[in-house]
Amino acid sequence: MNMTTNLATYSVVLTYSAMAVYVVAFIAFALDMAKRSGEVAAAASGAGAPKAATEQKTVATVQGGTVVLERVAQSSDGDGSSRRGTRFERVGMAMTILALVLHVGSVVLRGIAADRVPWGNMFEFSLTGTALIILIFLLVQLWQNLKFLGVFITGLTIILLGIATVNYYVPVRPLVPALESYWLVIHVFVAISGTGFFALGAGLAVAQLVQTYRQGRTTSNKIRFMETLPDADRLEVLTYRVLLVGFVLWTFTLIAGAIWAERAWGRYWGWDTKEVWTFIIWVVYAGYIHARATRGWRGARSSWLALIGFAAVMFNFSVVNVFFKGLHSYSGI
Amino acid sequence: MSRQSETDDSRIENGTASDPMRPSDHVDGAGPADGGGGGEVNQPKLGLIGYVRFFWRQLTSMRTALFLLMLLALAAIPGSLVPQRTADPNGVVQYKADHPQLFPVLDKLQVFDTYTSVWFSAIYLLLFVSLIGCIVPRTKHHWQALRTRPPKTPARLTRLAGYRSVAVNPDTVTTAAGGTDAATGLPSVEHAVTRAMAILKRSGYRVERFGDSVSAERGYLRETGNLVFHAALVGVLLAVGVGGGFGYTGQRLLVEGQTFSNVLGSYDSFNPGRWFQQTDLKGYNLTLDKFVTKYEERNLDALGQALDYSATVTSRDKGGEAKTSRLGVNDPLSVGGTNVYLLGNGYAMGVTVRDGKGDVAFKDVVPFLPEDSNYTSTGVIKVPDAVPDQLGMVGFFYPTASKLSTGAFTSAYPDSQNPLLTLQVYTGDLGLDDGVPRSVYTLDTSGLKQIAGRQSDAASIELKPGQTKTLPNGAGSITFDGVKRYVSLDINRDPSQVLVGAFAILAMLGLLTSLFVPRRRIWIKALRQADSENGEYNLEYAGLARGEDPNLLRAVDDIARQHFALISNRSSE
Repeated sequence: MNMTTNLATYSVVLTYSAMAVYVVAFIAFALDMAKRSGEVAAAASGAGAPKAATEQKTVATVQGGTVVLERVAQSSDGDGSSRRGTRFERVGMAMTILALVLHVGSVVLRGIAADRVPWGNMFEFSLTGTALIILIFLLVQLWQNLKFLGVFITGLTIILLGIATVNYYVPVRPLVPALESYWLVIHVFVAISGTGFFALGAGLAVAQLVQTYRQGRTTSNKIRFMETLPDADRLEVLTYRVLLVGFVLWTFTLIAGAIWAERAWGRYWGWDTKEVWTFIIWVVYAGYIHARATRGWRGARSSWLALIGFAAVMFNFSVVNVFFKGLHSYSGI
Repeated sequence: MSRQSETDDSRIENGTASDPMRPSDHVDGAGPADGGGGGEVNQPKLGLIGYVRFFWRQLTSMRTALFLLMLLALAAIPGSLVPQRTADPNGVVQYKADHPQLFPVLDKLQVFDTYTSVWFSAIYLLLFVSLIGCIVPRTKHHWQALRTRPPKTPARLTRLAGYRSVAVNPDTVTTAAGGTDAATGLPSVEHAVTRAMAILKRSGYRVERFGDSVSAERGYLRETGNLVFHAALVGVLLAVGVGGGFGYTGQRLLVEGQTFSNVLGSYDSFNPGRWFQQTDLKGYNLTLDKFVTKYEERNLDALGQALDYSATVTSRDKGGEAKTSRLGVNDPLSVGGTNVYLLGNGYAMGVTVRDGKGDVAFKDVVPFLPEDSNYTSTGVIKVPDAVPDQLGMVGFFYPTASKLSTGAFTSAYPDSQNPLLTLQVYTGDLGLDDGVPRSVYTLDTSGLKQIAGRQSDAASIELKPGQTKTLPNGAGSITFDGVKRYVSLDINRDPSQVLVGAFAILAMLGLLTSLFVPRRRIWIKALRQADSENGEYNLEYAGLARGEDPNLLRAVDDIARQHFALISNRSSE
């Protein structure tokens, strides 16, 4: 009968399919972690097998008058990326990609059904946001092997999608006039992307904290699989680089939001609840960047700040959008 | 740990990689050992100046900045938990009614004005003082650094990042283009050094030669960006704080056909900035010709949802030149130095009231305020000129009236498809003459006698457009002339807006350069072998990161390869 309703229904079917595949991916990633523990145990029982991370130093070698300059291996400082993924990890990655394809399908169908960008309300915002988190997770692998975050990222995505489909689902509706603006495309998209990087950074910060805790202990380790992860310093650097990108995107979100607010409400800043929380998040991550540059704060302490920042992001996304009164609330349910 | 050791190395090697102008507790700062330590300074006696310096150092330290940032984030939270006077004045009134005990306490703490409160202001002002205290000396230092040459090549490069050493001898050196000394035919160190300088220069490095070595540095833009970012934040604050005082915001409700002129008396409400003067109001007129709402008519899930609000307005400046334009949501109108925003709309009732003597006592359009999404609206009609008694009416308007099973009316659709106006009529003294200001949207019915409505013998008056009904008790008659749309407009002037935007963009650009432009040093050094007979020499390459630089090793590697390819007779692959 109705095109819009049909497409929206297919979109929902795809969403559920994607969630199912994410669950498979999540299980595979979790099994990979278990497998890593086994590997480490086996390596420990073997005669002093070398750790996954081996320092590669390249120096020009002179061989009988022939000078050879070797290319410096980029992944040099103990990030464990030289380790080949287990079968479970590869299954996890493959399933994540498959799930993302379904997920993007559902986002696109929703967009076509609504005949606009698919982030006009809380449900669509969650749907598109989680797809972007996964996409960013996958793209980042091209730069750095962060597959060990698979458990965290797929887990987070499943939870968010679950909440969105159960609590926030609404039929396709046109936008209220206040949202009819190209700034909706720019401002919200950048905000969601920033959230994706913040999510990755939070995962890395957690890993960094666990690693710091583990490295601080001299007795035998319970969390064995962590040995296959980069060391705490490396994780700290990775957290920082990921969060930097998030911070820049968030700064842009803030500015774009202010410009849009001026067009829509006649003032660029009015301390609306959503504005307040966007500001709080910005300040916390600015604090994180400062903490990292402060003697005695780089490492575990700055990682805690990164987690506080992400907690604020999640609070802003869930509680502020839904329960707080403000000008942004109609973008809620 | 690798980063830390780089820094340590550099201190050993040349003592310059630490940044003396950074706060002492900055990772790249000079550190307490160099005498710059704020908190750790252990001085036996501090005079007054000593204390001032001590506190200044404390205030401008990284730790304090960090603390203030966290405090700022924390202090911003209460303002999102309770309604704010500026953003939601009605919410504050409601809060007072809901929490009569808590309200005075919170109000004393200025929680309802969080963002202008003493404590919030104190935090951000301290933060900005700390910020300025940090960037001023750094700017000075950076200004000098921009004009100094790269530092002397360290004596030993071995422990620096990406270090490598290659041997050059007559077998490997290129014979073309000056690779060998013209006179002796031996490998030319001079050639290697000039080539090194050329390559580094081409790669954007600032280059200085020290004997047989080249010292190069790049990425001054990183610090420039950092300073621009922080300075731009100060700029934003100043522009908001000072520039905002020259503007004003005003509100005006305008019914179709009405004209607004930009003079103070014409505004329904007006909030001037600190330095506003009446002469700032530029004279112009604005007429609302027409207001149209487009509704969703096909999607059953969103039937009647507004898709677009569009007002057609005609503006006339002092010269009298008329210009008709569209005014919409997200589409403000710029006129006479102000921006006009369409923020709300509703229905206004055109009514004519004749009093008991048959004279027209009232003829006007009365705006009604919408109560729900289907525009059930309420309003008040006050007729002080009615004889013998003043008349007051409390009205309900239903754009698409539909009767509930209880007999009450409701509006089923926001568009005006079956408009109905119902009125409860009161007589008595409206109290308009005692000097107390009264809202035009409320009627104080105490002391009034209802003559039509639930508390009287006669039923409420029900009117469709064009209808006239007589009022009970010979009080006269009322005619419903018709429905008109009105808009509520915000008319703002903020001369600082452009400045704030410019600073914000500057901050963004500064941030990008400060985070992503790497600052690094690279050295290329030719070491003549003391016992060489055939002019053999070693070439050494090394780099040093100044701040975050993930690609340092690759950069040293690239430079080394390029350079070696030029002076070698074979490819380096």
